[in-house]
Amino acid sequence: MNQLWIITRVTFLEAARRKILWTAMLAAAAFLALFGTGMHYQTKDLLTSRDIPPVLRYQILLTMLQVGLYAIDMLAVVMTVLTSVDTISGEIASSTIHAMATKPIARWQLLLGKWLGFAAMIAAYIALTFGGVIAVGYFIGGVVPHGALQGALLVYLECLVLLTTTFFFGTWFSTLTNGVIVLGLHGLAFIGGWLEQIGSVTKSPRLVMVGILSSVIMPSEGIWRRASYVMQSAIGRSLDFSPFTTRSAPSVTMVAYAATYLLVVLALALYRFQHRDL
Amino acid sequence: MLLGLVQPTGGDAKILGCPYSSVEVRRKVGFLPEDFRFYDWLTASELLDLHGRLSGLTAGELKVRVPAYLELVGLSAQRDLRLRGFSKGMLQRIGLAQALIHEPELIFLDEPTSGLDPMGRHLVRDIIRQQRARGATVFLNSHLLSEVEITCDTVVFIKQGEVIATRDLHSSPEGEIHIAIRVGPVAPETVAGLSQWASSVQLAHNRITLSTKSMDALPEILRHLVGAHVDVYEFTPQRLSLEDSFLNIMGEDPSS
Repeated sequence: MNQLWIITRVTFLEAARRKILWTAMLAAAAFLALFGTGMHYQTKDLLTSRDIPPVLRYQILLTMLQVGLYAIDMLAVVMTVLTSVDTISGEIASSTIHAMATKPIARWQLLLGKWLGFAAMIAAYIALTFGGVIAVGYFIGGVVPHGALQGALLVYLECLVLLTTTFFFGTWFSTLTNGVIVLGLHGLAFIGGWLEQIGSVTKSPRLVMVGILSSVIMPSEGIWRRASYVMQSAIGRSLDFSPFTTRSAPSVTMVAYAATYLLVVLALALYRFQHRDL
Repeated sequence: MLLGLVQPTGGDAKILGCPYSSVEVRRKVGFLPEDFRFYDWLTASELLDLHGRLSGLTAGELKVRVPAYLELVGLSAQRDLRLRGFSKGMLQRIGLAQALIHEPELIFLDEPTSGLDPMGRHLVRDIIRQQRARGATVFLNSHLLSEVEITCDTVVFIKQGEVIATRDLHSSPEGEIHIAIRVGPVAPETVAGLSQWASSVQLAHNRITLSTKSMDALPEILRHLVGAHVDVYEFTPQRLSLEDSFLNIMGEDPSS
């Protein structure tokens, strides 16, 4: 077990040392500054406007908060894929893995240790950025989303699904191919999610089915829509239809499916890594 | 394959009495890959610390061995520099240190001197000798046959994955020894008398050339000439070099 933690620690250290984590944090900080400025002026303008009733003011600020959380979700997804896309395939291609894999460490420990290192890094990233947006909403706009913790955990699950898929394809393909496949799958899920939402508005069950099928192939975007749904207010759920909010929310079963998907893909990645030549 | 990097298509193998796939046996094995790459964002001492930990060394052992092995490969001054600034030779030295830090019983070195200058090669030769003196077995894989000749006890020629010849370089040297002797005037019967120890005896322009299979024949040949009152100005035995052996063996192989 000790070997596993050595790899986890070195993977986390790598992210910090190679400035991956700090660059991502810097980008998130720039976003938070922009978002905070926007939230500040929006709050000020809403307070001076006498035409807008308080309930609607609250709803506008809450929707704005959803926009912020949506942006953080996208940043977290991109950071997850870009930072981990090279870790398996790149080390195999460059032979860096040779010196590590010939040490007294099982292959599964090597892969799982790396996975845990990235999972820890993503957890830190989401905690800080998600927390940052919620802090901006609370201290500047005076609004707090419903189910913020549940939403953050769902975004974390979404990133872990993408991380695991990136690891799985990394045991098969080169870095570039891996990146194209994973981002392609996420894009497919994204479009599928939109079709499902449109189908929900236009009452088209076949369109909704296409969306559900895309979530079965890649559940990442579906988890975000669930996160978005649990963080919306009751008014928002009945009114909103935008990329940042959810009209047709995936069920809890979908979340359970995503968690199972993650475990199965991780098991397949471990199996493949165990049996392939390095 | 023995180190678990490549899956075998069939058969079985053991290392130090354990199945080749055993993870635990790798605590007793060191490896320097030919295409050596390490995490270049680590410093030299951090790399040794990482590989030492992976090999099962305790914090106390690492405290002693990391500086000792940096010293051994001549990188003490660069201990806190990141590997991305290292030359190929320096990387090869730190690679050697990571292969040895856990003091393995069996060491695989794949072309360990290919990126080194003469000083570096000398250092690696000394380190290999130290490891041998410690009781470790070192497998040196190299195409630099002069390096192998200086360093190794036994040489194995492998072609297309199969062992086609083995030579013991020290205890029982094999192959013919060619001798060139520059002499003064010499009687033909004295030259003919050399045939009892050697073959292919020839005399031309005060120069006798002959071949023998045994080192023991050398003093006998010299004694024979001096006993016949022949002036000997030069006596040069030349063993077939490893490179010549290599060429001969590969030539002998019907599949070549």
